[in-house]
Amino acid sequence: MKSVLKYAVLVAGAVLFSYPFLWMLAGSLKPELEIASLNILSGNFSLQSYAQVLLKIPIARAFLNSIIVSAATTASVVFFGSMVGYALARLRFLGSKTLYTLILFTMTIPFQIVLIPQYILMVKLGWTDTYLALIAPTMMSAFGIILFRQFFMAIPQALIDAARIDGCSELMILFRIIWPLSRPVIITVALLTFMANWNEVLWPLMVVREQSLMTMPQIVTIFTTGGQAETQLGYLLAAATLLSLPVIIAYAFFQRYFIESMASSGLKG
Amino acid sequence: MTGLNQILQRARRSDRGAYWFILPYVIFFCAFVAYPLVFSLILVFHRWNIVTPMEWIGLKNFDRLIGDVLFYRSLLNTLTFLAIHIPLQVVVALALALLLNAGVRGRGLFRALYFLPVVVSGVAVTILWQQIYSYDYGILNNILHAAGLPPVPWLVDPRLAMPSIAIMATWKNVGIYIVLFLVGLQNIPRDLYEAANLDGASPFKQFRYVTLPMLNPTIVVIVVLSTIGGFSLFIEPYVLTGGGPMQSTLSGMLYIYNQAFSFGHMGYAATLGFVYALVILGVVVLQRRVIESEMSS
Repeated sequence: MKSVLKYAVLVAGAVLFSYPFLWMLAGSLKPELEIASLNILSGNFSLQSYAQVLLKIPIARAFLNSIIVSAATTASVVFFGSMVGYALARLRFLGSKTLYTLILFTMTIPFQIVLIPQYILMVKLGWTDTYLALIAPTMMSAFGIILFRQFFMAIPQALIDAARIDGCSELMILFRIIWPLSRPVIITVALLTFMANWNEVLWPLMVVREQSLMTMPQIVTIFTTGGQAETQLGYLLAAATLLSLPVIIAYAFFQRYFIESMASSGLKG
Repeated sequence: MTGLNQILQRARRSDRGAYWFILPYVIFFCAFVAYPLVFSLILVFHRWNIVTPMEWIGLKNFDRLIGDVLFYRSLLNTLTFLAIHIPLQVVVALALALLLNAGVRGRGLFRALYFLPVVVSGVAVTILWQQIYSYDYGILNNILHAAGLPPVPWLVDPRLAMPSIAIMATWKNVGIYIVLFLVGLQNIPRDLYEAANLDGASPFKQFRYVTLPMLNPTIVVIVVLSTIGGFSLFIEPYVLTGGGPMQSTLSGMLYIYNQAFSFGHMGYAATLGFVYALVILGVVVLQRRVIESEMSS
């Protein structure tokens, strides 16, 4: 009896968290008049709403922009982050403690304080309405550096010493010896960075006005608030589905990595 | 002199090349962290719309903020959001995590489904909830109608709009906190429960005196993360309500954005951001203190 109740609650939870997405998908395929119904199935499914969304906004281009921005940021955060993390964990240099403290301090700064000055910096540099504005301010992450540093501290010194005796430069040690051993932390940092960038809306809204440079969540936001959707529920749901689908598909395949990355980020953050 | 010698000596013992490793970050730090921080301290003393030259106005931005009804309104709205969001988040996440931790079949599947809204873009989730909360054809009011109840003006009534957004945000984020609680639960040593069993402690007492204190660090993390998230609330009210009805969902972040981009008040927007940052730091420090002393008593 007790276990029946337990499963009833768990299943109710599963319905609560996933049914709305099914309803969204179904609604995007249904004619306008049937959307309000709780019933997911309909005999009149069509791709009409999607055709309209594709016609009204350059969402394919926005998808490409999102990929470019998120991929460039992620590559940079992993590349430079692992370099700084390695220097902090394994190299001796003057000011290493100061740098570490500075990075920890960076993580405690609420972004509200730097947001407007950062925007003005983009204007002054003439970077608004370019990819640079979307990529440069997130090219490195204090949090990523800390995660790399923690992971690299646990790598045996003997390994590094052996490589040094063989005449490897520090750069070769990092990329040839440390990197192959660091898959878990690289995946965590890469996934968290990619996700955060993919879903970011506030910053793109601030620095990009040119439609051909907009990211996917940004263009869907503007489509929703700007009246282009003509208050057609089907169009809105189709746009929302197009926006969610790439992430849901990636999540379906790499679910474990998503959850583990988030878990490790929360505990260490 | 000895101090300088020591520094020189340490500099000489440094690994060759270490500075090349950190140089990119140092440049990044100067450009995108240090410079904006310093610049924000300059901005708060100026009136500026970016186009015309900056105008020094001393403490007038702060004067204005102290008398700004909308600033207090946005702060109150954020606190309303947090007052509903945090307890709901902790209770729902803990309840589901405890159930999942009690040896159920399909644990991985349940966990994956609860986590689904976390990965989906906030904009998509907000558009979806716009339909859920819609007065005329929303899912919720449809369900109420089927049960013979009157419709609820979720986003139309100023008293309900912010709580509705808080519930939506909980739905979106609770998956993260379920996972954090699961990690926390697994880190509790088994023998604590065995000892409690030997002492004849009831399941409730075991929960109160073993589980809850051991989850204290997890709860602190969750409360702090939700608070920071709550103060960053932007896209949900931006898309759902535009800050209305009657400014009841005007969040701090939305107010800063409006000041900067609807009115071009860069100096005042920076002042708001500056004050909000101080508020956030204060609230977070206070929360840590309270939770830690609460749990240790």
